[in-house]
Amino acid sequence: MALVYTEEQEMVRDSAKGFLAEKASVSVFRKMRDAGDTLGWSRALWVEMAEMGWAGILVEEQYGGLDFGMTGAALILEEMGKNLTTSPFLSSAVMATQVLRGASEAQKQAWLPKMVSGEAVIALALDEGVKHDPASSQLQAEKLGNGYRLNGSKAYIIDGFDADGYLVLARTDGEAGDQDGLSLFLVDAKAKGISTSSTKLLDSRNYAGAKFDNVEVSGGDLIGEAGKGLDALEPALNAGRIGLAAEMLGASAQCFETSMEYLKDRSQFGQKIGSFQGLQHRSAHLYSELELVRSAVIKAGQDFEASAEHSGMIASLAKAKSGEVAILAANEGVQLLGGIGMTDEHDMGLYMKRIRAAQELLGDYAFHAGRFAKWRGF
Amino acid sequence: MADLEQFQQETRDWLEANCPKTMRKPMRTESDACWGGRNFEFKSDDQRNWLKLMGEKGWTAPEWPKEYGGGGLSREQSKILKKEMARISARPPLQSFGIWMLGPALLKFGSEEQKKEYLPPIVRGEIRWCQGYSEPGAGSDLASLQTRCEDKGDHYLVNGQKVWTSYADKADWIFCLVRTNREARKHLGISFVLFDMASKGVSTKPITLISGKSPFCETFFDDVKVPKENLVGTLDRGWDIAKYLLTHEREMIGGSGGSAFASRGLGEVAVSALGADDDGQLSDTALRAKIATAELDGWAFLLTMERAKDEAKAGHGVGARSSMLKYYGTELNKRRFELMMASKGMSALEWEGEASNEGELPRAWLRTKGNSIEGGTSEVQLNIISKRILGLPDPKVV
Ligand SMILES: Cc1cc2nc3c(=O)[nH]c(=O)nc-3n(C[C@H](O)[C@H](O)[C@H](O)COP(=O)(O)OP(=O)(O)OC[C@H]3O[C@@H](n4cnc5c(N)ncnc54)[C@H](O)[C@@H]3O)c2cc1C
Repeated sequence: MALVYTEEQEMVRDSAKGFLAEKASVSVFRKMRDAGDTLGWSRALWVEMAEMGWAGILVEEQYGGLDFGMTGAALILEEMGKNLTTSPFLSSAVMATQVLRGASEAQKQAWLPKMVSGEAVIALALDEGVKHDPASSQLQAEKLGNGYRLNGSKAYIIDGFDADGYLVLARTDGEAGDQDGLSLFLVDAKAKGISTSSTKLLDSRNYAGAKFDNVEVSGGDLIGEAGKGLDALEPALNAGRIGLAAEMLGASAQCFETSMEYLKDRSQFGQKIGSFQGLQHRSAHLYSELELVRSAVIKAGQDFEASAEHSGMIASLAKAKSGEVAILAANEGVQLLGGIGMTDEHDMGLYMKRIRAAQELLGDYAFHAGRFAKWRGF
Repeated sequence: MADLEQFQQETRDWLEANCPKTMRKPMRTESDACWGGRNFEFKSDDQRNWLKLMGEKGWTAPEWPKEYGGGGLSREQSKILKKEMARISARPPLQSFGIWMLGPALLKFGSEEQKKEYLPPIVRGEIRWCQGYSEPGAGSDLASLQTRCEDKGDHYLVNGQKVWTSYADKADWIFCLVRTNREARKHLGISFVLFDMASKGVSTKPITLISGKSPFCETFFDDVKVPKENLVGTLDRGWDIAKYLLTHEREMIGGSGGSAFASRGLGEVAVSALGADDDGQLSDTALRAKIATAELDGWAFLLTMERAKDEAKAGHGVGARSSMLKYYGTELNKRRFELMMASKGMSALEWEGEASNEGELPRAWLRTKGNSIEGGTSEVQLNIISKRILGLPDPKVV
């Protein structure tokens, strides 16, 4: 398959561009940040995005979705990355809906239509420690008659504050670190025993910690097979990683564009600073790196569309590479702007902060490089 | 789609039937490569036959038009051919500056007669070409070249010297940049001519490299007579051709660095040399991390080469992007060989003897150092990206 976008995909990008420029640009994000909003995104805007089909972009048609494919979703995230747009698109529309592909008909009926309309948001409660590592989950799911009882806690849940439901990774067997013995439960946020608190990170988005205190769930709340939670999760994790890679591609492209404009505008020593070869070569290097990131992101989207389960290697490639290059783009962005780059007034710092978070989420460079190495047999 | 499937099946069958068994394993050393040409000594009958069969089908230049001896394949078909050859580890039947560099330039700038005359023997591997660009005083600043070419009425007369001419001593013909106008600005007095290396007045002198090998030469022209029909394009306007050819050369050089990542993994090399832990992971964790980074970059680069071709086919390629591919691919290849050396420890230093195949690895490692110099240095590629792609201002001349 050619590594280029189809006309339909380009159309999705164009409409995202127009919509976000009008409704969810960086200045909107800045206002929200300044207001100290805990939700971190706007419900009204999310409903509008849902009306554009975004909330159901990966959902099968019989539940009201578009089933448009990962490449399209990645293009929307790339544009969101350029604009620093916040929304539950990544958490709920890209990842949670992906998990729900493996859910029972009853679970799908109960949640998907509401998610597609923008009414409900589901967050994935996976990690418990400071590094992404689902297999190390310790939250206990103890068998209780037909159902289970959940005890434990989760941390840094993306869009986990004020979510309507949680996909909780819990241990039904084995010990922390075991690949087997983990199970996924779909739990209503109103269930007794769940308490959440907002966690403020540097990117001013919505994260939460959650405590599960004797939360009772039924056997029907289990997704897929007991003990095989990581398998059920794999496609969603791949989708999330590709999504974050696309978002970082957008964010770094924006940092780069801003830097290039500045190099052509700012004069020192009687000439444009962009004429200094020392800066030119760094710029040309960063340009090259960004080209590699774009190739990896396109390929990852295509691989995901071909097989969500088997897209892990290229998803890891895309996540690792995009994160590393995004850090470079943000660092160069601040450096090339000089003092202005250090001010809160300039947007560059906002990008730097989001990039720092995005590259850490769902596995940082070392995590994905390690996975990639394993796939490559060393 | 169905057509492509049929093409794939036919290709597979044809390769199965025609690719000699001994041509179905990776080349062990550089000396296994087939360069063709009038003076080439084939290593085996299989090597000769493989070239002949592929040349007849035009599959040494799969995407060139059939009328000039090429395969006439679409981009999709040519991808399939590549895949099918890789499936059985078929060796490339031919290495050729004619295919990588001169051909694309002739297809764009050559006259109909020139295409008919020069392209088919390139496809069949009958004529081997070398590149006469660089001179002692004209390296990165190629347009300052001084080799003179005078109009003598019924022929041109060429006098001057080239340097770093790869395989000049083995090549049959040369594509050469010459100065035809000394009054005009430097870019506007250059012409692109072709001539036989057997012409009277051409001589070559091999130069030994740090690898101990001598693949390139000083090349001297002393009153060399060149027929007038051997001028390509317009007199004094050879620079455009020269630059166009360079974009192909750069993609080729960058690409050959990158494509190494598609084959045997660096990690695999390291594991077999240094050992793995119980999980099958390379025991040297610092080296593992470095290799993982190089492999990630290698894969992302391979995808980028593929995308560049796909975009060019779809009509929105950028010529200057070859500079990015050249820059990144060669720097990557240098990194790859550094890691290869590290993975093999002391044995990587063996310079002679059978065990090391006469120092194949360290010599190849040293050769890669030239990747970021030949075809325009990394610094020059970064200059081109800055100017042509990023639109950054020219440095102020002080
Ligand atoms: C293995 C190999 C094979 C070759 N084969 C051929 C061949 O077949 N035919 C042929 O014609 N030539 C060939 N060459 C020559 C090659 O194209 C030149 O070596 C190359 O263009 C550099 O020129 P130079 O060696 O004169 O270096 P110089 O141009 O003198 O460069 C010296 C250093 O200065 C830097 N520099 C120069 N200008 C700038 C600038 N504007 N900004 C920043 N830095 C700059 C360079 O990057 C380099 O680091 C080959 C070279 C090698 C190594």
